[in-house]
Amino acid sequence: MITTSGQPHKDLEHLDNDHLTTLNLGPTHPATHGVFQNILKMDGERIVDAEPTVGYIHRAFEKIAERRAYYQITTLTDRMNYCSAPINNMGWHMTVEKLAGIELPKRVEYMRIVVMELSRIADHLICNSILGVDTGAFTGFLYIMQSREQIYEIFEEICGARLTTNMGRIGGFERDFNDIAIRKIDAFLEDYPKVLQEFENLFNRNRIFMDRCIGAGAISAERALNYGFTGPNLRAAGVDYDVRVTQPYSSYQDFDFIVPVGINGDTYDRFMVRNVEMWQSLSIIKQAMDKIKKLPRGVFHAEVPEFYLPPKEDVYSQMEALIWHFKIVMGETEIPKGEVYHSIEGANGELGFYLISDGGRTPYRLHFRRPCFIYYQAFPEMVKGQLISDAVVTMSSLNLIAGEMDA
Amino acid sequence: MGALTHSFITEKLQAKFGDKIGLVEEPYNLLTITFDRSILLDLLNYLYKEDDLGFTFLTDLTGVHFTSPEDILGVVYHLHNLPENVRLRLKTFFPKEDPYIDSATSVFMSANWMERETYDFYGILFKGHPNLKRILNVDDLGYFPLRKEYALEDPTRQDKDDSYFGR
Repeated sequence: MITTSGQPHKDLEHLDNDHLTTLNLGPTHPATHGVFQNILKMDGERIVDAEPTVGYIHRAFEKIAERRAYYQITTLTDRMNYCSAPINNMGWHMTVEKLAGIELPKRVEYMRIVVMELSRIADHLICNSILGVDTGAFTGFLYIMQSREQIYEIFEEICGARLTTNMGRIGGFERDFNDIAIRKIDAFLEDYPKVLQEFENLFNRNRIFMDRCIGAGAISAERALNYGFTGPNLRAAGVDYDVRVTQPYSSYQDFDFIVPVGINGDTYDRFMVRNVEMWQSLSIIKQAMDKIKKLPRGVFHAEVPEFYLPPKEDVYSQMEALIWHFKIVMGETEIPKGEVYHSIEGANGELGFYLISDGGRTPYRLHFRRPCFIYYQAFPEMVKGQLISDAVVTMSSLNLIAGEMDA
Repeated sequence: MGALTHSFITEKLQAKFGDKIGLVEEPYNLLTITFDRSILLDLLNYLYKEDDLGFTFLTDLTGVHFTSPEDILGVVYHLHNLPENVRLRLKTFFPKEDPYIDSATSVFMSANWMERETYDFYGILFKGHPNLKRILNVDDLGYFPLRKEYALEDPTRQDKDDSYFGR
């Protein structure tokens, strides 16, 4: 049964249901890029109504989190938006740090910004290049993969993992950026502007691409706000809301960058907003690397023995370190009681963590505000009256990540 | 437009709704107001439409279950006034046996799926919701998994003593 709200397209009101067809777009359709379903009601090639169904890869993270020590929840956050896992990791660390009142050295905050902006680029370039694939342009996707590989190599150098990174700890990083990592970041900053410029040359004024994207899946600023849009999708509709600016975390206030906004809120605007954000991220990384290089090396975590695991050689040789290690691993460290909401600008929008602590070893309640989950419900309204090919590019440009939707 | 301070919001709401507004706290500098569930729609509409409040963005909506001292369910709303950049948390609690509250979908479209999710996990019934059915779990799950009485692991297991491994 179709129960989504909103008004049907004017030309379609007179239609009766007899000659409408039902089409399943998903759960394993190549255009969904993830496991979620869209039941479309079609009149010929026009969409009369749509009903999105999610939950195919629901893994009960909120329930699991109620039985896990704080440091163990990082791995759960990896698996939400797996295109930009480090952002989720850092968001979770910052939430616990806010609860426990931990202040980080500036250098650690800048290191986090480098990592977060790198993952924002990784996320946006996947979204934009896949949008290219969906419009028939495979070249951009293949071409830009080498840059994502560069980013993943940087992650590998920093934390040892590539996709689901489990990066950092509560209180900082496991280790400092080593020379190879710094060299790779510098190389990326050198190479990527050329790649992105060429990528933009391929798409921005490409007639076919523009025809496919302009006007597809448009939403007004007012509707977008009412639907709880955040991130690039909201900015494409013309609202300059960015958590990095309105509630700066991790010292984003020390950086100069602009927040791009679109006008029409359609697929093309979303694409362009993401492109500009990648340029801005590059500039932020440059600024952050300059700041990091000026600060003394070796500072990569806060002095919080009750949360930050001691070095392994100390654990084997010193009593104090052994005790802390045991207490942290068993989750026996003291944590204040309290209720905290912390949000960061994820690649898709405002990623929020609502945490209630009763002072026990695990959260009493942890809720993830997943931007994808909230804005995907606007999908029927965005595609009503449009063609099925518009639905495909709309879905692609919303950057729907099944892992984040289902949590 | 005056400065949207915490005391300004609190006084305005208390003047309008009187004793339906309960506890007012500021944990981690986020104004948190507990209210009686009967005024939900009036409260949200007032916060939305009143010129000098303007909380037009629903950031988050979720449920919570407390087992002591009383067995109560709650719904937590996070609102945001974007131009003034002020956040507000609203909480309401009610007994588990009587899990009814009005739906916020008439004010915020974004509440639709978030209420479905809250129903899915806590069994809180939102009156006036257009399509209140499970969203992430299977339709015939038969219970509301985030309630505290449902243990994460098999409760019949003898090899794991919860007192050693948390709750």
